[in-house]
Parts: sequence; structure tokens; C-alpha cells
Amino acid sequence: MKTANIVIATSMALAMSGIASAVMAEPVKIGMITTLSTGAGYLGEDVRDGFLLAVAEEGGKLGGAEVEVLVEDDGRKPGNGKQIADKFLKRDKVEIMTGVIFSNITPVVVPLTMKAGVFYVSPNSAPSIFAGKGCNQDYFVASWQNDSLHESAGVYANELGYKNAYILAPNYQAGKDSLAGFKRYFKGKIAGETYTKLGQTDYAAEIAKIRDAKPDMVFHFLPGGMGINFLKQYSQAGLKDTYPLVVSTASMDEKIMGAVKDAAIGVRSTAHWNLAQDNAANKTFVEGFKKTYGRTPTVYASQGYDTAKLIASALKATGGKVLEAKDDFRAALKKADFASVRGEFKLANNNHPINNWLGQVVEKDANGNIVNKIVKVVSPNHKDAYADACPLK
Amino acid sequence: MYLFLEQLLNGIQFGVFLFLIAAGLTLIFGIMGVINLAHGSLFMIGAYAAAVATEWTGSFALGIVIALVVSGIVGMAIEFVIIRRLYDRDHLDQVLATFGLILFANELMTILFGRTPLFLNVPDALNGSVEIFPGVQYPLYRLAIIAMGVLVALILFLIITRTRAGMLIRAGSTNRDMVAVLGVDIALMFTLLFGLGAVFAGFAGAMAGPLISVEVGMGEQQLILAFVVVVIGGIGSVRGALVGALLVGVVDTLGRAFLPDLLKLFMDPASADGIGAGLSSMSIYIVMAAVLIVKPNGLFPVSVARH
Repeated sequence: MKTANIVIATSMALAMSGIASAVMAEPVKIGMITTLSTGAGYLGEDVRDGFLLAVAEEGGKLGGAEVEVLVEDDGRKPGNGKQIADKFLKRDKVEIMTGVIFSNITPVVVPLTMKAGVFYVSPNSAPSIFAGKGCNQDYFVASWQNDSLHESAGVYANELGYKNAYILAPNYQAGKDSLAGFKRYFKGKIAGETYTKLGQTDYAAEIAKIRDAKPDMVFHFLPGGMGINFLKQYSQAGLKDTYPLVVSTASMDEKIMGAVKDAAIGVRSTAHWNLAQDNAANKTFVEGFKKTYGRTPTVYASQGYDTAKLIASALKATGGKVLEAKDDFRAALKKADFASVRGEFKLANNNHPINNWLGQVVEKDANGNIVNKIVKVVSPNHKDAYADACPLK
Repeated sequence: MYLFLEQLLNGIQFGVFLFLIAAGLTLIFGIMGVINLAHGSLFMIGAYAAAVATEWTGSFALGIVIALVVSGIVGMAIEFVIIRRLYDRDHLDQVLATFGLILFANELMTILFGRTPLFLNVPDALNGSVEIFPGVQYPLYRLAIIAMGVLVALILFLIITRTRAGMLIRAGSTNRDMVAVLGVDIALMFTLLFGLGAVFAGFAGAMAGPLISVEVGMGEQQLILAFVVVVIGGIGSVRGALVGALLVGVVDTLGRAFLPDLLKLFMDPASADGIGAGLSSMSIYIVMAAVLIVKPNGLFPVSVARH
């Protein structure tokens, strides 16, 4: 009996010391669930690479603390997202989660993360359910609230004097939110509204409808390959200059511009970040990214980088402690004391950024490159529509 | 009225495009008895080859030719290494093996070209549009696709019905062993036939390149529709593939174009848009189910004696 007690006591002591030393020596684990496969794989790839660039800049650290970033591909499927989240939270005991690209996966991953008492910092997707009443003190967003992407396009369309818009988006939740977001701020009439299939390749029928409706302009939310398909066909139909496009940055990123080239010229969009934005942090980022990966960063890469920098600022404030000093870490995240590549960065009461939305137009520069040129700030200090419903201060 | 005619033309054009993909699929699926899920990968390889070759040579025509050669060679290599071991296996093994090929091909393309979609534009000669009805401009390139589809249908029809090779293909599909006994190298014939199917897939991919995003996984989006076409038309029937493709193209396009407006007659606009979009995505499957109820072997069943 006695011996047994001693054995248990020693083994417990050993185990305890094991845990203690593990905490001291082991780096902060960050779990990244993102989309690396499917046609949208470049979104997650850029978020990941932007994030890892920030880690590499400090030689494997963020804010002076050793970090270990675990990355897994969700294949754009909520089921995979759940499995990976379970693994990260239970087996790997990550302290910070991040990475989700698509708004069909966020509602699966975020509640699991919150339940485990772990922090989540989003580099991209931010659906409305976690922005208003459903906001959470441990859930942070470094990109934008979904709706504000498209709200800013509505503001830009007003400024450009358009009165009659044809709008289209894929038939799923984020698509419906995008049209709602655009309409919330656009003051003109809606000439027509069309929902397309997710992943649709042929847009001839929609393009014929647009021609028939004779709008002033067209707004669409077709990110990635869908945007490339649409733009190629829209420009071939000769409508790009007759019924100009005003979209959000998700539908006009650097990859889309590269894939359609001249067909993108003249397309207007709104974004919270631009490749050519003139600040020290952005210069370091763009040069570092090009040097490390040999390609031009997209807006997603900038978001991954900002996410890492936001986490770094909090780790620095707490001396590398996350879950042992939750209150301090949370307060430091909320302060968001870091140099963002988009210039100013501040969080609203619901932990979503208050962005300055830029109006841009695609042009050919002096060297013949297709670039997104900043025209002006169209919606400064844009707070999302849900912040007031969030009880957080 | 013009809008309806334009949409009908859009539907026919989409159908012809589907036929370009389905033609190769029905050859391989119907005549050789192999379910080739990797047909979409060959479509992708054709598009990538065309994009890269056009970038290098500056000529879209040359890009197409190179795409045909590349996809043909890749197709024959696949047949030689993998498919030929599957002829005597059941369909499940074929599905597993060719599904593995999809994963392999996608990963290989990601390694070779990255995840950035490639640039491929309409050649200058086919850029622009023509006025088909008063006030309706139609892209020249889409008309070119219709022409190409008709050409492919003709070529296939002539090969299969008028040439010795076509006769052997038909004979080989009905009774492999007998044809082999008569001194025909059936293994070689099937390799060539698979290569031909791959060439058609590659051609479809190359022609699609200027219209759609040239990216990893682009073939899988088309593959399901192509299978629907093949099943509606009757497995193995080129004529059936043509009719099935036109049917699917027209139904899908007209559904997308007019169903929401039709529903608005007796529904509020918001739900009509949503339900209309949902119904039009389903429309081709409803057509497929209806066809299969009336004609379980498709519109133009091919009688094949097998096993």
C-alpha cells in the first residue's frame, strides 16, 4: 500500500515537472486551419506564406517568443475543419488558432475554439454571426467583417455616380451576404439580381441578361477562379466598358489580374490594402514576400502577415504567455499595437478592424504591368454594421 | 424575343463545349468499358499545355497543336502504365485507380505551376464579336467553339463509320477476344483509342482556356456534367453524346436565364431568385432522371456484349 502510494506520488511529481518544463521550453503553438487545395488554394497558400514570413523575419519568433505554427488544409470542407480543430485543440494543445478562409468553415471552427478557451485570430473570413450579438472576447479579426468588403463597394459606386446596378453572386451564404452588404450602402436602383452556381464556369446566360437589363454598372462577388471565368467572358462579350464593374477586393486580386491581364483594365474595386501602399511596414512586407517566395503578394498574404503581427504584438506585451495570462493577452490583442501593412490598424468594440476602404482602378503602368491603382479613400473608418449589437466594450 | 434566341444560342454553344469533353469520355467509357475519372485531368493538362505553349510561341494555333500532342502522349502513357491493368477488373477498381490519378495530376500541376491560375487569352483573330441579331453582339470565339464542335463530331463520325480503324474499334468493343484471334493487336489499338480520347479532352481544355480559369482542378468541374451527357446520350454513342450535350447545354442555360423570372410571376422576387437559382442547378439532373425513366440505356443505346 505504502509503496504504491510512493510510486504514484513520484510518478505524479515526475509528470508535473514534465509539464512544467514543457511549458517553459516549448514554443507557443499556433494552429492554422486553412484552404490549400481546390481552386481557391491560392487564398490559403498566401495567408500561410504571409503569416510564416512574419515568423521568419524574427527567426522563428513572434514578438520575441518562440512559436510553432501547425498548418493543415481543410479542402474548403467544414467536416475537415472540425476534425483538424479537434486535433489541434485536444492533442496538440495549441494556444492560438487562426487561418480559416471560407465562411462555411468559420462557424464550425470558432465555437470549438471558444469552448476550449483558446484564442482565435482570423486572417480572412469574418461572418456576421460572430460580429454582432454572437461576438466573443477571445475571437479577433485581422482582416475585415465580411459585409464591409461589399458595403465599401456600394459606397464607391455611389461616389462614381452610378444609379442603376446589376448585381450577381454565387448562391450560398457569403454570396447572399455580399449582395445584402452592397445594397445596404448603394443608393441607386437595382436593375437585376442574379444568383449563380458556386464554382460556375460558363456565364453566357448571365451576361446576356446583363446586356438586356442595360444597367449603369455591374457589381459581383465572384472570388478566385469564378471571377476569372466571368471577367474573361464579360470582356469578350464587349460589355466591360459599356457596363463597368465595381467590385470588392475579393473579386479583383493580383491573381485574377495576372490571369486575365488586359481584360481587367478599368475594373474598379475597394480594398483595405494595396500593393503600392506607401508605408514602411508594407515596403518590408512586399519586398520580403517577393524575395522569399518569388511572387507578388495578394491581399490574402497581407492579411496573413497582419494576423501574425497582431499576435506578435500581444506576445510581446505578455512576454510570450498566452493561456497563463489570458486577460493580459486579450487586452494586448485589443490594443493592436503594431505597424500594419495597411497603415493604421484599430479594432472596434467587437474585435473587428475599423478599416479605411480604398477605391482602386486597374490600370497599365509605365512598365506595361497591370496594377491596381489607388484612386482615393472612399470609406474612412468604416465600422461594420453589427458592432453596435455586440455587448463587448 | 432576341434575348430568347441569344440565350438559346448560348445554350447550344455550352452544349457543343460539353460535347467536346464528352466525346472522348464516351469513347473510353463506352467502347473500352473503362470509367475514366481522370478524363478531367486530361482536360486540365490540355489547357495548361495550351497556355504554356501559347506563352512561349506567341501563337494560339501552335498552342492548340502542342496541347493535342501533349495530351495524346500523356493519355497513352496513362493507358500503358495504369489503365491496361484495369480492363478485366470491375468498375470500382477503375474508379479508385482513376480517382487516384486525379489527385496525382492535381498535385503534380501544383508542384510544376503553383496555385496561381495561368494566363490564356483569346487569339487576336478571334477576339471581338459579330452582330447576330439587331443590337446583340455575340463573341466570335464562342462561334468558333460551335464550329470546332461540329468539326469534331464530323471527324469522329467518319472515323467510326467509314474507316477500317473505326470498324476494328467497333468490333473490338463487341468482342475483344475474337478480334484478337483474327490477328489484330488489340492492346495497341486500345492504347491508341485511349490516346484519341485524351486528345479530345486536351482539345476541349485548350479551347476552354480562353473562356475559363486555367487552374488546378478545372477539369473536375466539367467532369460531372460530361458524365451526365454521356449517360443521357447512351454510353458509348458519339451521336448520343452530341444530342445529350446539346440537351444539357440548352436546359442548363435556359434554366439559369429564365427560371427566376418565370417564378417571379407568382412569387416575391427575393425568394424567386433563390429558388430559381436552386432549381436551375437541378434542372439537368431532372432531365437526366426523366430520360432514364423512359429510356434506361440513354437516348441512343449502343448494344455491347460484354462478359
